[in-house]
This record gives sequence, C-alpha cells and structure tokens, in this order.
Amino acid sequence: MYRYLLRRMGFLLLTILLTSIIIFAITQWLPGDVCRIILGREAGKKALEACRRDLGLEASVPVQFLRWLGDFLSGDWGQSYSTRTEIFPLVMQRLINSLRLAALTLLIAVPLAVGLGVAAGLNAGRLLDNLISISTLSVVGLPEFVTGILLIQIFAFELRRRGLPSLPANSSIRPEAGFMEALPMLILPAMTATLVLLAYIARITRAGVVEEMKQAYVRTADLKGLPRRVVVLKHVLRNALLPTITVIAISFGWLISGLVVIENVFNYPGLGRLLVFAIDRRDLPLMQAVALVTVLGFSLANLAADSLYALLNPRIRYTRG
Amino acid sequence: MFCNHPLNKLPEHLPTLNIEGLTVAYRQNGRWLEAVRDVSLHIQPGEIYGLVGESGSGKTTLALAVLRYLGQYGMILQGKIELNGKNLLDLQPAEMRKIWGREMAYLPQNSQSALNPTLRVGDQIAEILHYQLDMGMKRAQRRAVDHLREVNIADPERVASSYPHQLSGGMQQRALIAMALCSNPTLLILDEPTTNLDVTTQAAILELLVELISQRQTAALYITHNLAVVAQMCQRVGVMYAGVMLEEAAAASLFAKPLHPYTHGMLSSLPRLGEGKASARLQSIGGQSPPPGQLTSGCVFQPRCPLAIEVCSENPALSSPSAGRHIRCHRWEAILKGEISLPTAPGMESPGRMEASDKEVALSLEGVAVRYPLRRTPLDILRREPGRSVRAVDELDLVIASGQTFGLVGESGSGKTSLARAILGVADRTEGKMELLGAPLPAQLSSRKRETLRRVQIVFQNSEEALNPYLTVEEILLRPLVTLLGLSRQEARDRVPELLRAVRLPAAYAVRLPTQLSGGEKQRVAIGRAFAARPDLLVCDEPVSALDVSVQASILNLLCDLQVENRSSLLFISHDLAVVGYLADVIGVIYLGQLVEIANADDLFKPPFHPYTEALLTAVPTLETQSRQKGIILSGEIPSPTEKPGGCPFHTRCPRLVGEICKTQAPPWQRREGSSKRYRCHIPWMELQAAQGKLANGEIQAG
Repeated sequence: MYRYLLRRMGFLLLTILLTSIIIFAITQWLPGDVCRIILGREAGKKALEACRRDLGLEASVPVQFLRWLGDFLSGDWGQSYSTRTEIFPLVMQRLINSLRLAALTLLIAVPLAVGLGVAAGLNAGRLLDNLISISTLSVVGLPEFVTGILLIQIFAFELRRRGLPSLPANSSIRPEAGFMEALPMLILPAMTATLVLLAYIARITRAGVVEEMKQAYVRTADLKGLPRRVVVLKHVLRNALLPTITVIAISFGWLISGLVVIENVFNYPGLGRLLVFAIDRRDLPLMQAVALVTVLGFSLANLAADSLYALLNPRIRYTRG
Repeated sequence: MFCNHPLNKLPEHLPTLNIEGLTVAYRQNGRWLEAVRDVSLHIQPGEIYGLVGESGSGKTTLALAVLRYLGQYGMILQGKIELNGKNLLDLQPAEMRKIWGREMAYLPQNSQSALNPTLRVGDQIAEILHYQLDMGMKRAQRRAVDHLREVNIADPERVASSYPHQLSGGMQQRALIAMALCSNPTLLILDEPTTNLDVTTQAAILELLVELISQRQTAALYITHNLAVVAQMCQRVGVMYAGVMLEEAAAASLFAKPLHPYTHGMLSSLPRLGEGKASARLQSIGGQSPPPGQLTSGCVFQPRCPLAIEVCSENPALSSPSAGRHIRCHRWEAILKGEISLPTAPGMESPGRMEASDKEVALSLEGVAVRYPLRRTPLDILRREPGRSVRAVDELDLVIASGQTFGLVGESGSGKTSLARAILGVADRTEGKMELLGAPLPAQLSSRKRETLRRVQIVFQNSEEALNPYLTVEEILLRPLVTLLGLSRQEARDRVPELLRAVRLPAAYAVRLPTQLSGGEKQRVAIGRAFAARPDLLVCDEPVSALDVSVQASILNLLCDLQVENRSSLLFISHDLAVVGYLADVIGVIYLGQLVEIANADDLFKPPFHPYTEALLTAVPTLETQSRQKGIILSGEIPSPTEKPGGCPFHTRCPRLVGEICKTQAPPWQRREGSSKRYRCHIPWMELQAAQGKLANGEIQAG
C-alpha cells in the first residue's frame, strides 16, 4: 500500500515538473518581448534593458526556469501585468471560490449520480433503467449555458415573480464573503455543473454494476443466502464503483478550472474565468500561475482517487509497485 | 418417471433431494427452449450422486433449477423439486434465501472468480454464520478460522486474513468448501469444483470432499464432465445428453457395463492412462451435441447413434433393467444380452508409435533458459543492483526427432508454456542454443526468416480466442498460404477446400465466421491453419483441454493423421497424462522449468518413476471405481519460480525425500540399459523400482 502510494506520489511530482516545464516553455516560445509587452511600444532601449535585468531575462533558459520555479514554490508568484497587483492572493482567492463550487457540486452530483447509476444497473434492461438512462442523457445533451439560463429562469426569476423564496441569478460573490454568505449563490452554478456530470457518472456506475452483477462471486454471495441488500452493498458496489472513482477525480479537475461557461453565465469569480481574463490580456505570469494551480488540483484529485482505489481494491494494495 | 416405475423400490427413508419430471426452459429470442426435459432423480443423505454430461447437456441448468437460481430468462415448466420433503417450487424467491447457505449449499467451479476479490476470505465465510446463524460478527470470524482448519488448511489464520488473489487455486477451492459446509447443509451441489485445478491438487480436494461428505452425511449432487472423477467419487451416476437423462445406475455397474450407446461412446473415447495410439485408435462419437432446446422427435441421441434403427425415431420410454438402474434406449435389451455389440474396433488403422532413435533431428534445445525480468525497485537502482529475473525454464535440453510426437507434461506453473513460447520466438528472454533441422533457430521472432516461420506453427488451447472473429474460415486458412508459402490469393483460395477436407470439415464452411462454429470445429480450423504451411514442427499447447470428451477424441485422431500425412514433428503440451500418453512417442515431465524425467511413452508408465511423475500418475483419477487407493497426495503447492528451491527443485514436496542431499545437490540423471527412460533423482534405479513396483502392478496398469 505505502509502496503504491509512494510510487503514485513520485509520478505526481514528475507530472507537475513536466507540466511546469511546458508552461514555462510557452513564455519562451511566444513571440514578442516580455518587457515590450510590459512597458509598451514607446519604451526606450535603456528602459527595456533595465526591465530585462530586473526580470532576469539575461540568464540562460534553464537558470530562468529554475529561478521561476523556485519563486513559485516560495509563494512569490510575481505581479500581474494587467492588474499590477500581486498574483498569489488573487489566484488563491479565486481558487478558494472554485473549490467551494467544486465541493458543493460533487456533494450534490456524486450521491445522485451514483444512486441513479446503481438503480439503473440493478434493473438493467427494465423500465427504470431506460427512464434513468434517457432522462440523464437528454440533460447532458444540452450545453451548460442553456441549462444554466433555464435554471436561472426557473429558480431565480419565475420563483421571484410568484413571490416565492428564490435563488440569486448573479453569483458574483464578494472576495471576503464567508461560506454561508456565498452558499445561496453557489447553488444554481452547482446544479448546472451537476447536470453536466450526472449522465457521465451515472453511466459509468451503471456499466460497473451491470458488469459486476455478471461475476461469479455475486452468484456465490447470493447462494450463501445473504440478504439482497448485503449482496449489493457489500459485494457488488465495492467492485462496481472502482471505475466511478476515477471518473469523479477527473470531473474534479474539470470543476476547478474548466467551468468557464458556467462561471460566465452566473458571473461567478472562479479560476476558469481568471484564466480567460489572463489570456485576453496576454498576462503571462497570471496565465502561468493559474495553469500551474490547475495542474496541481488535477494531480491531487487523481492522487486521492488512486488512494481510494487502492483502499477498496486489495489487488492493488497487496502487489508490488 | 423413476418413482412411479414398478421396478423402482422406494428408498427406505426420505431422500434429501427428490426431483420428479423436471422440465426447465430458457427464453431466447422470444421462444422458450427446453434445456432440461423430464428429469427425475433422488439423492440420499451421505450419497454422492454424479451428474455427467458434455457442455450443453443441461447439467448446470438442472443444478441451477434445484437452487431456483435460473435468472430472469429461465423458467421451470414442469416437475417437482423436493428438499427434505418440502417442495421448493412452492417457495417465494425471498424464502429461498433462507434455504441457500443453510439447507442447501453450492460449491462453484473456478474458485478465482467465485470469491469476491475485494473481501478477506475469512470475512466471506463469517458472513454466512453472521447472517444465516445469527452469530455475532466477531464470533463468526473466529469460527471461520475453525472452518478453514477443518478443510485441512495448515495456517487458517493467515488464509482467513488473506484476499483471494493471494491464495493458490487449491487454497481458494478449500476456502469455498469451508464456506459451503460451514452451516452444515443437508444438500451440497458441486459444479465442476476441480475442473481448473492441477491433477495433484484435484486429488487432494476430491479426497477432502469424500471425507467431509461422508462424515457429515451430506447429500451431494456432483456435476462434472469428467467421467473418471465420477468413477472415483460417486455412488450413483446419471448421464445427461441434450437435456435428457439417458442412463442412470450405480457407478460400479455403469462403468462396468454401460448400456446406453452414448455412455459407451463417451467411455471409449477417453484415452486410458498408459494406453498409446499404437494399441488402438480412439473411438469418437460422430457429429456433435444438438444446440440446447432443439426440438427433436424420437431419441435425442439418434442422429449420432451408431446403433440407431427405425424405431429410434420414436421417443424411447424409461426402462429399468434392474433395481436402481434406468435407461432411455430402444435397444438396451439387445445390448444387455449381447445380441448387438457396440462398435469398438477402430475405423482406421492406428498410426503407430515412432521411436526416438537415429532419425533426423527436428528440434534440438541445449541449455535453454527463459527468463522473465522482475521489476527493479528504486532501491535496487540506487544500489546499482542488476535487475533480477525469474527463470521459467532452466537449462533445459530436449531433442525431438522428425516425425515424432514429444509430449510435455507438468502442472501449471511448471514452465511448459514458457518453453513453447521460447520455441515460437515470443518469449521475453531466451538463452541457450536452439536448432531447427540442424540450423540455428533465432530466439526472437523478428530475426527469423519467413522460411523458419513457416517451419514452426502452433495450435492454441483456446481456439475461441485464437481465431480472429471477423475473418471467415476461408480467410483464416488462406493467410498462411499467402504469407508463408508465397501463393497468390487465387492460388491460395483454390487450396482452401483441400485444407477443409483434410480437417474433415465440409467445403461449405469456408464462408462461415468463427462464431458460427462449435468448439471442436474451431479447433479443426485452427489445426487446418497450422498445417496449411506444411510445418516441420507443430507446437500444440493444450489443444483439447477445452473440448468435450467425445470431440476431444476426434481432434486427437485428426492430429495423428495430419502429422503422419505431413511428416511433421509435434510438441504436444498438456497437463493430462492420459492424453499425452496416448498421443506422444516420447514424453518429458517438467517441474519448475526443468525436465525431471524423459522416456518413450511405453516406458514412462513402467517403474521406476521420478517421485513427481509418480505423484502425477497416482493423482489421475481412473475409470476403475473400485480401485480407489490412497494415491500420493503432494503436500503444498508448486513453488513460485522466484523462490525456486535449491538442490533438487522437487525436494520441498517430494514424498520420497532421501535426506540432506536432496536439498543441497542437484540430482544426477539415472538411466539403465534396456530402457529409454531417464530421470533426475538421487534415488538409484533399482531402489526406486523396488519401492514403486507394487504401485505399478496395481493402479497404473489397471487404468
């Protein structure tokens, strides 16, 4: 087990190192001079040189990379070109927002999707299975901006029009807002993201359950006379949910940085929108920071999934490597 | 029905299981297909009833019907299933859960998949005690360890806390036995419980089962395709074919004098241990079993029966020639009186054995080793330790003369498939010298010339996976002709009918896909493909182990014929000593990557034997019901090649261990003038022969 986790962690560090090299390389490959971007078209030669010296651009590329990486690790992420503020607090605040939204989404989506998937899998081929499959698939076919706007229409406007308690349509939370203050604004974006994930997780779960129900050990468990509930919960799900865990981990990465559309629809200050903002302004340090944080989030989610996978699956826990 | 028959005396006490007129059907494409038709049987406490049949005979369906576990597509159409006097068909599905695991237990085949891979073995036993006998979980777990001890597991604590994949197949099967018997059921249903095990492990498991069943007076329904296992285990036997019970009798009388032509056919299609192809050709049953549910009028066996006459197109009634014996055949009286004899004479001349002598050498191996590298840990890399590896085949010498069949026998894990892979050029790392027809044979496939590729061909065990499901039979047979013989596609296509004829398949099969063929037909195509390029050496890796006995015989005969026609050499790999003994001219016994004994097939079955060969020979169940002696039951399992014992590799399990010398010194080859046999052991020839002489006169020659 520890060996396995150690290996996984080794892989994780390697992945992060590799992606940081790629992210760094982008700045090297991009056309144009960084100092010119910072100082503008009219900058004099002297000013440019001074700027280059300040930024350490005279050093060789590997040295620049190590310096950059070292700064990054020590929390010195530099200044944004466009906002002229420190990047670290900016990204952190957005990251916290994104994590909140991701957590709430998973809290809603995972039990719901797994529940639906298991119900469909246990009733494979019957009416319930078809109902679940058709309804989840029909939702996933709609793009997020459609479902998002639809939800706003119903839960914000329509409810308010009828004088019922409603949810806010705009989710632009204040930077210093506490969780409870933010919660109502999180619900609609989280529901929209849930609808995207629902069919995906439910189908994987259903497939896992259908596959496991065919296994010989299920017959053994049944013919031991165990109650049906024990057969399903203790025997089948342990094995059937293994692929679901991986899918959830990948979804988590998507929730952190890929929610650009949803964040835009709800005007939610998350990492995805920050990245789009940075790209729009050609704000390289900000782009790098967001990208690296995203990679980190993705990798940690995968590590968590791998650990959980190993915890549930002794075949991994007790084999070498 | 059996019980209504005047000659059938009702048993003195109530049978544990009583089935009457059971008909079971499966729903397929909107039609109900009858998989079991009007079957009756009963089993007394302490009795082991053997239900024999080939695949598709309905034996497993019958078992699942008794368990009422047919699934949503199965239905019991007619009949009565009584367990201890209570009709199970009156019960609701939920009520069956109280019977399963308590009154009636099920021992499945394929222990690997029958255990939950993510739960500890002990917990999988304990949960029965917990849910069925209302025992507290802690107490149930402690009891589970006791139950594991009862099935002769030496360290039950360790096994209880292990996960299934950490145990060997034999150990898993023992755990399943403990699971099935822990609640002391009155009926035990065994579904091929030893089918995937090695003979040595099988022998131990069978002995354990007989002991436990008679101790507890459990009634047992033993389902298998293996007639010899039935002969060893069961008091009474039912033979099923196409969903119908054709014959039922006490085991002793059934095997002594089978009355039904099908039973007789099955028995004579089995190669007997020690009987070679030189003495008699295997009798095979022509044709193949009908697909389940096919509606036939008349006797179900009539299309394949050599004795079928006009009256056989009518359904035969169940007759009872003597008490406890039942038969469904129009001609049993004539067969019993000896008025007609069942065909035993071989249809064709047997090819005869080839002796290894001064013939041209087809394949020669010298000091061949096959290694599988082990993964280096980061620590190894830091310490700059060289990568370690496992030797699956270790310094092996072997010579196959041209036209000869070399049989290679060993348990799983003995290295026989690794050796085949080395010869085919697909093993990871092969060392040593390999020569084919005197020319060096490169170890890697990529460095072999096309001509060399043509010379070495293979037939796999599982034709299911070996044939590309998207190619027609013609395309499959045509490939080697084009790629290896360099024919044009048109020329190759012209040769296909000839190849089909050679493997005794109709020419119309050319357009079929593998899914449209039966198991035996697929293997025929695979054999046709292998022989298409006229190879000098054909490697057959367990080519018949997945086939039914009646089909197995015809495939073995086909291999014999084609080999003689093509003058190819054959390396025949099998775990089945009887099959190898039948087909091979020379036999090598392999243990942990080393040959421990080599002999001409006739000599192999004469003492002295290497103790490992001896263990294999005594472990093979034979058809002689009365001859059950305590064979040599090997202790423990075959060690992993990573932990190969020093000295003689067999010393950890050897029943004839001499002493320290076996653990420290590699044993020499023992041989003697006048015998082709040589074996690698510290015990000299005469001494070993004297010790084993008795055995040879008794069991083995009887087989």
